[in-house]
Amino acid sequence: MNGFGIIKGMIETARNFVGSYHDAQRLTTVQYPEQKLPPVENARTIPFLVFDGDDAMAGLRCTACVICEKECPPQCIYIVKDQVKKPDYVGKMQMQPKVFDIDISVCMSCGICVEVCPFDAIKMDQVFELSTGDRFGKLLLDKHQLAKPNDYFVKIHKTEASEIDVRREEDKRKAEAAAAAKAAAPKSPATPGAAK
Amino acid sequence: MSGLDQIFVWIGHRAAGWFPASVQPLVSAVLAIAGVMAVFGTCFALTTLAERKVLGRMQNRFGPNRVGPYGLLQPLADAVKMLTKEDIVPFSADKTLHFLAPLVLTVPVWLAFAVLPFGRNMSAINLDAGILFFFAVGSASELAVFMAGWSSQNKYSLVGAMRAIAQMISYEVPLVLSVVPVLMLAGSLELNDIVAAQGTYTFGGLARWNVFTPWGLAGLILFLIAATAESNRSPFDLPEGESEIIAGFLTEYSGFKYALFFLGEYLGLFAVTGLAVTLFLGGWHAPFQWLEWVPSWFWFAAKFGALIFLFIWVRATLPRLRLDQLLNFSWRFLVPLSLINLLVAAAWYWTGAWKFPVVAPIRWLLCAALIALPYHWLGRALRGAMPPPRKYIYAE
Repeated sequence: MNGFGIIKGMIETARNFVGSYHDAQRLTTVQYPEQKLPPVENARTIPFLVFDGDDAMAGLRCTACVICEKECPPQCIYIVKDQVKKPDYVGKMQMQPKVFDIDISVCMSCGICVEVCPFDAIKMDQVFELSTGDRFGKLLLDKHQLAKPNDYFVKIHKTEASEIDVRREEDKRKAEAAAAAKAAAPKSPATPGAAK
Repeated sequence: MSGLDQIFVWIGHRAAGWFPASVQPLVSAVLAIAGVMAVFGTCFALTTLAERKVLGRMQNRFGPNRVGPYGLLQPLADAVKMLTKEDIVPFSADKTLHFLAPLVLTVPVWLAFAVLPFGRNMSAINLDAGILFFFAVGSASELAVFMAGWSSQNKYSLVGAMRAIAQMISYEVPLVLSVVPVLMLAGSLELNDIVAAQGTYTFGGLARWNVFTPWGLAGLILFLIAATAESNRSPFDLPEGESEIIAGFLTEYSGFKYALFFLGEYLGLFAVTGLAVTLFLGGWHAPFQWLEWVPSWFWFAAKFGALIFLFIWVRATLPRLRLDQLLNFSWRFLVPLSLINLLVAAAWYWTGAWKFPVVAPIRWLLCAALIALPYHWLGRALRGAMPPPRKYIYAE
């Protein structure tokens, strides 16, 4: 009969009204500042710079190759190369950034910088409480603010980070083996320079 | 009667007594105005909060719960926000009309409260033609809405205003017609007389409210539907339909003027709700004779609150109508049905003289059938009158 659909609908809303007071299943709202959902592993917000060891600036993986700066679609990355080189994880001398700034008000969180980085130096972070009253000062992050330890990276992106760690261990072992072989080399006349 | 029942009347008399006799009528009038404005102003604040809370719960959300304990101070925060917002007047707007529209909406709505009896001896003025006065001032809101829409010089405002006019004129007819049976049976246009006519008890203490008669029940439902449309509430909120025309006639309003429109709309809702309580739900009378000791103003407030909850409930349940559905529903369904309701009231009046055993249920069922059958047929005809579902040629 006419009008019964309305009554049916009103019973449904009444059931919600009463049910939301005693049935926790219905109220799915997460009360944000007090309650927080655990972050999803694939979540990404802005980039950060990974460093190894304890000293952030000494262990920074970035080699100032500026590929990310060139690839960044909104051009939010600004890099100045340093004149002084420093050894990387396999002991090879590499460039390092003197300035590495990211304007996170410009960053669009695309992750292209992460995809193009050949050194696993820049990765996506999961921080999201970045609002600030200082629009120009607090939203331009320098390399000290961007640098975060590898442990943090392992914590937020476990799968990806452990894969990279295994690969880097492998590289390190190879490099050490090569160095050991090189150290043993002068006794054998293998190299052309030594033959002369 | 108990002292609590007449406490507000007593306070008013005592306060007026402090003044010289020549200004006492003026003072008591000012006191009545202040009382009504204070009570219904607070009611407005509380209803905005209650509406958001109840809507939230009906949609399995919390609703506002940040400002103060359980979000109770939310209306205060809203008020601060509204008052501190910039008052923008469009460059090409008709400045005078744009300024006047919120006032024209709000001021007459306050006048409508003058004739409502909120309790025993508690109506501000006893007008002979109280109902007539109520509908006369109530119909000023159409003018205000059209002023707002026209003066804004904005296409959305104008579309919203046109919709509002079409809707309000269409629904004014069933709103007034559904009231007529009450006037016929009570034989008076004065609201206090109508309340008094519902003040007797029958069947071992059950009140003789109009809603317990077939024509009263049908009249109340018709009245509430028409009142929902008159106060632009969901499911009849086409004039403001956010998803279609931004905010309708409110598009170019901000700050305090916007708040005034909100106030006017809610007060209009309160006024018609108060009228529904007075006409159909026995006004300030208790539902049972043994509950007569409870103060009369409490009963008015309880019925008023229940109806406001019903309005919120309906808003949480029903989606918005389309304009053709809206107008068809009024002219092809509500208007004929409220005319038939007049006949039912007449039948009820004439069968009142019947004298034989078990007359009451037979009389009730007979009159109920007189309104239920047209309801069924008109509903089927209305469904037939609707255009068939639209066929999309390219989308499927």
